[in-house]
Amino acid sequence: MTTSLSTWEVSKQISEHVPGAISETTDAAIVVNGESLLNVAAFLKNTAGLDFDYLTTITAVDYYQYFEVVYLFVSMEHNHSLVLKARCHTRDNPTLPSLVSLWRSADHQEREIYDLMGITFEGHPNMKRIVLWPEFQGHPQRKDYL
Amino acid sequence: MQLRTEPYVLDMGPVHPSTHGVFRMRVTLDGEAVLNLEPVFGYLHRGVEKLAEERAYSGVIPLTDRLDYVASMTNNLAYVLAVEKLAEIKVPERAEYLRVIMSELQRISAHLVSIGSFTNDSGCYFTPFLYMYREREKIVDLFDMVCGQRLLYNYMRIGGVSQDIPDEFLPALRKVVKHLPGRINEYDRLLSENEIFLARTKGVGILPKETAINIGASGPVLRSTGIEWDIRKKDPYSIYDRFDFDIPTGEAGDCYDRYYVRLQEMRQSIRIVEQALKQIPSGPVKADVPQLIRPPVGEAYGHVEGPTGEVGFHVVSDGGIAPYRCHIRAPSLMNLTGLYDMSVGWKVQDLIVIFGSFAITMGEIDR
Repeated sequence: MTTSLSTWEVSKQISEHVPGAISETTDAAIVVNGESLLNVAAFLKNTAGLDFDYLTTITAVDYYQYFEVVYLFVSMEHNHSLVLKARCHTRDNPTLPSLVSLWRSADHQEREIYDLMGITFEGHPNMKRIVLWPEFQGHPQRKDYL
Repeated sequence: MQLRTEPYVLDMGPVHPSTHGVFRMRVTLDGEAVLNLEPVFGYLHRGVEKLAEERAYSGVIPLTDRLDYVASMTNNLAYVLAVEKLAEIKVPERAEYLRVIMSELQRISAHLVSIGSFTNDSGCYFTPFLYMYREREKIVDLFDMVCGQRLLYNYMRIGGVSQDIPDEFLPALRKVVKHLPGRINEYDRLLSENEIFLARTKGVGILPKETAINIGASGPVLRSTGIEWDIRKKDPYSIYDRFDFDIPTGEAGDCYDRYYVRLQEMRQSIRIVEQALKQIPSGPVKADVPQLIRPPVGEAYGHVEGPTGEVGFHVVSDGGIAPYRCHIRAPSLMNLTGLYDMSVGWKVQDLIVIFGSFAITMGEIDR
């Protein structure tokens, strides 16, 4: 059984290592600031005992006031998982750092989020539309796109 | 002095017989050698994730059929598992057994299709393919019996399955289960040591272990590299913890291993079905769940081991009758990230074999 790590314990570890990164912790997930996302992700990947080597999925959710990007990490070695979230509070040109440098599985997923939700991932080597054509206007997965 | 040719760009697809749907590879070639490869897709994009947001929870199930259309049952299951997790619905025993039986039959039928089309890509045109389809047909007949559909089953429901199996189903299934192992052994003998098949697939398109994890590969593509990672064992859903089965793995991570892992997995699936047949209890097949459900505010991730890999649904609820957000983790999309690593340096004819060994479905990648 894949165990979900206690978010409270991991969040304590993160705040010791990357101070000021965490903006909220709940039982289900850890919410981090966009600016520290890459540092936190690197910490999760490279810390012994956490070893999150597998980025399972990335979801972006539009809550009108903000966009929330949900990362689901799994460690194959320890068979445990963790949900990490980052938020963008602006609707025009929201940006987050890209995680492609750490997990290449983010490659297509971040492009898809950019295409459909309009969140730009900085540092992505190939940030362009993936399923829609280049001339397409707008980002259809947004809640205000009809 | 070695002469090099001028590199040029060749578009393979979107309507190329070996691309299994509408997929385009922008390949940069130096003579016949692949220098660079860029996958281009989206031709089948229907906006399933957006469509799901305006349907009631139960109305999304038919949409999931249309993702990986050679493995509709497992897609159904992944979605209903996510919703059941969100709404905390308990499924009756008999329904759990039916779900497992259908998922494993689906895995066999999908693997038959992948192996069949893979042999096509590696140059044995249509003879093995038709053998595979002969067996698949029997499984499709079984599915037809339980839900009246041959391709897009729409069989799973939130809280169970749509209807109980008819009386003639179990005898027919026993017959198929008795018949299949011999056929699989026959195909094993026919293909696995075939000189030409080995020459085309062995050592071709190697995916290193670390890369496989890093690109988020799953299913036979991941297991062929030697990693024993199967959601059915590592994070058992439904009632998979009650069955005894092995996880076949490869060693080299080449095209041959991906084929061979699939072949062995079919045997394991038969083992699971045999055990489920012995244990299946009688009783209701659907929990008392209303047509329109309102799961509490929150989010859940449900995942299953589909034939191509980890199929996951991330469902977010705002307390309404429709999912607020329904994200699909498509295994083919992630596996495709590795296409570049496997293909660069190989020749065009190997590229066809390498691409065939993924057994991708475009319906799932484009959604």
